[in-house]
Amino acid sequence: MTYIVIPILALLALTAVTGARIRDLWAAVMFTGIYSFLSASWMLILDAPDVAFTEAAVGAGIATFLMLGTLALTSRTEKSSSGIPVLPLFVVAITGGALIYGTLDMPHFGDPKAPVQVYPDPSYVEKSQEDIHGVPNVVTAVLASYRGYDTLGETAVVFTAGIAVLLILRRPRPPVGRSDAAGQQAEAGS
Amino acid sequence: MFVVTAIAILITMALALVRAMFGPTVFDRVLALNMFGTKTVLLICVVCFLTGRTDFLDLALLYSLMNFIGMVALLRFSQFGHFREEAAGN
Repeated sequence: MTYIVIPILALLALTAVTGARIRDLWAAVMFTGIYSFLSASWMLILDAPDVAFTEAAVGAGIATFLMLGTLALTSRTEKSSSGIPVLPLFVVAITGGALIYGTLDMPHFGDPKAPVQVYPDPSYVEKSQEDIHGVPNVVTAVLASYRGYDTLGETAVVFTAGIAVLLILRRPRPPVGRSDAAGQQAEAGS
Repeated sequence: MFVVTAIAILITMALALVRAMFGPTVFDRVLALNMFGTKTVLLICVVCFLTGRTDFLDLALLYSLMNFIGMVALLRFSQFGHFREEAAGN
């Protein structure tokens, strides 16, 4: 698997750097699409098909639409900045170093003794069949029943965010200067 | 055999990425992105057969759908410059 994972990660890094450096924002949106495709296939290789599913639907699908809709409201090229921003570079380097330091004592990938495999209680896997009356998928049982209120809250948050984005990006009202008949007709047609 | 196929697909992805970087016109970049999505679908299929978990093939179907919808949105945006409905009826 290594000979697939390493090129994918290299392509990911290349895409991220290019997308950050490019000045044409329309092309930058496309690089975010490429990034989503790459990271979704990487998550699939890491055996996380549900995350990959979400990344493909949200990252490559919805986020591209939203960014293009934003580009329709703003300009298509980024203003060129002068000089090297020292303070942001410093902050980013510190944060990246802290994150890498945080991964040093993490358990290895797929370690059976990792806390995430041992701690909540392995009996969830054994007892979910009886508890939830035969839902075959343990992930579904945990998400929809053991953590049902949590999932309901997440859904409410995502729904609210979607409504907010729709309110921001919706079409503007027809201009006021028209006669009333034309305005009403336009509203009826929309 | 799957290994050789996977490496060939990865090389094609790298070439498409190079075209997306240097592509002078919009349509070079659109074609590069479309090709990248197609190669992702192929790579997922190859990885599925490599690991023997063919139930992930559904994901490849989802990716090709996403790729198609994204392409239509991109081309529509580059043609009209917005996503609003056409001013039909008035």
